[in-house]
Amino acid sequence: MRDVAIIGIGQTPVSEHWDISLCDLAVQAVKAALLDAGIERPEMLFVGNMLSAALSRQQNLGALVADHAGLRGIEAYKVETACGSGAAAVRMAYMAVAGGACDVAVACGVEKMTDGTPEEATAALAEAADALYEATHGLSFVAINALLMQRYMFEYGYRHEDFGPFSINAHENASTNPNAMFRRPITREQFVRSRPIADPITLLDSSGIGDGSAAVVIATGELATRLGRPVVRIAGSAGATDSVAVHDRREPLFFSAAHTSSQRALAQAGVTAADIDFAELHDAFSITAALSLEACGFAPRGKGVALALGGEISRQGRLPISTLGGLKARGHPVGASGVYQVVEAVQQLRGQAGSNQLPGCRLGMTQSIGGSGANIITHILERIS
Amino acid sequence: MSIPMYWRTSHQRLALTGEVCPTCEAKLFPPRDICPHCNSPAKTRFDFCGRGTVYSYSLVNVAPRGFERCAPYVVALVALEEGPLLTAQLTETDPQDVFIGMPVEMVTRRMREGSEQGLIEYGYKFRPCMERAEA
Ligand SMILES: [Zn+2]
Repeated sequence: MRDVAIIGIGQTPVSEHWDISLCDLAVQAVKAALLDAGIERPEMLFVGNMLSAALSRQQNLGALVADHAGLRGIEAYKVETACGSGAAAVRMAYMAVAGGACDVAVACGVEKMTDGTPEEATAALAEAADALYEATHGLSFVAINALLMQRYMFEYGYRHEDFGPFSINAHENASTNPNAMFRRPITREQFVRSRPIADPITLLDSSGIGDGSAAVVIATGELATRLGRPVVRIAGSAGATDSVAVHDRREPLFFSAAHTSSQRALAQAGVTAADIDFAELHDAFSITAALSLEACGFAPRGKGVALALGGEISRQGRLPISTLGGLKARGHPVGASGVYQVVEAVQQLRGQAGSNQLPGCRLGMTQSIGGSGANIITHILERIS
Repeated sequence: MSIPMYWRTSHQRLALTGEVCPTCEAKLFPPRDICPHCNSPAKTRFDFCGRGTVYSYSLVNVAPRGFERCAPYVVALVALEEGPLLTAQLTETDPQDVFIGMPVEMVTRRMREGSEQGLIEYGYKFRPCMERAEA
């Protein structure tokens, strides 16, 4: 496998982009990433997306985005792993470059949630779950995660308000990220009084859905050095799966795919969880962030919430997470979120995170989840000085 | 759910028909052709008794399309007596009376308001266990 680097990043703000189409959002991010990289024509494009068919009645995004981005003719594909689609696109681009199929590839994630009604979006998101045995019983995607949260609170004795630090930290960090959707800090009081969606999950436990696109240009390490770009290396890249339906798992409170993919990515990078300076985790719900922290080895089982309560996930803590707002407050354009995480990690490692900059960070982890723990992709990014 | 999808799974929805793995004896619901525990072929029919306990639950306030008029309703992971977990709605109980560990039993109920292709969808829900409640 060849050494692989990220040489360009691009993103649109996450928002309700009523005046921009699915395709044009993706084009904006791809063009920004190519400009940042100083590359005109990549050899391959991977577009991560979940909902284009359900909400915009559009498939075939590989060719569509390539054409509109002025790249007609290149090899291009849509990649889908539900809410983790963007990270899957990054992994495909990584494998293409590392394996020698090409020297430069673009991974883009795009989601256009506002082309459907909120009810259509809710129904489409439920397609990440098991269609025959979860969704048919009236379970929204939120409800499935609520089942995990209720059981977690029962087993480990937490109260709902204990999950507050996840959301409060995310909103705090989003407040100074110009690309974030929810730029207002929230208080503990607001968290406690938030309205329930699927008990015990409230509105402020949940990431907000929005439109957005992010892209990265991935190239061989050799090319990155030759171009003189600020070099962020992909030191580890791995994916793993679990059952789609939560009821098919022996231990629903353990994200085994997060464990497997993070352990593989860390091993590839030759580091351990203790070496990681910050993590962009899949905080679609506060419970998801807690379970991810535990599965990746940042906290013992049942102690993910305690880690947050102890202040360790803030920018001043031992393991800052959601450093630019996370899914919770930067916003969760589902199939794009996995690429936003990588873009934000690169911002941190290059020293381009503005007032959210973590001083002296060298190793970042990004982890994205498709479904309620079903398909989990982890990347370890390293700044090369 | 379309008519073919419903028809194909009606034994599961109306009679909790699953499978038992001939190799490791794990009981499987919903049925699947390969046992997830030992990876052996599993095609032996097994009918579940329909009793279990609540493993976790949630009160759904914001319902997906097709279930709006049922909200609020309680969904649960039910641990069946024979082992597996399944996902279902709870019925005939007040949401505030539900607790983890509550004994429940399967009943057949209409699943949702109006549905695709004119199908009236029946399937399993779970209610507090009658016998034990009286005992
Ligand atoms: Zn078996």
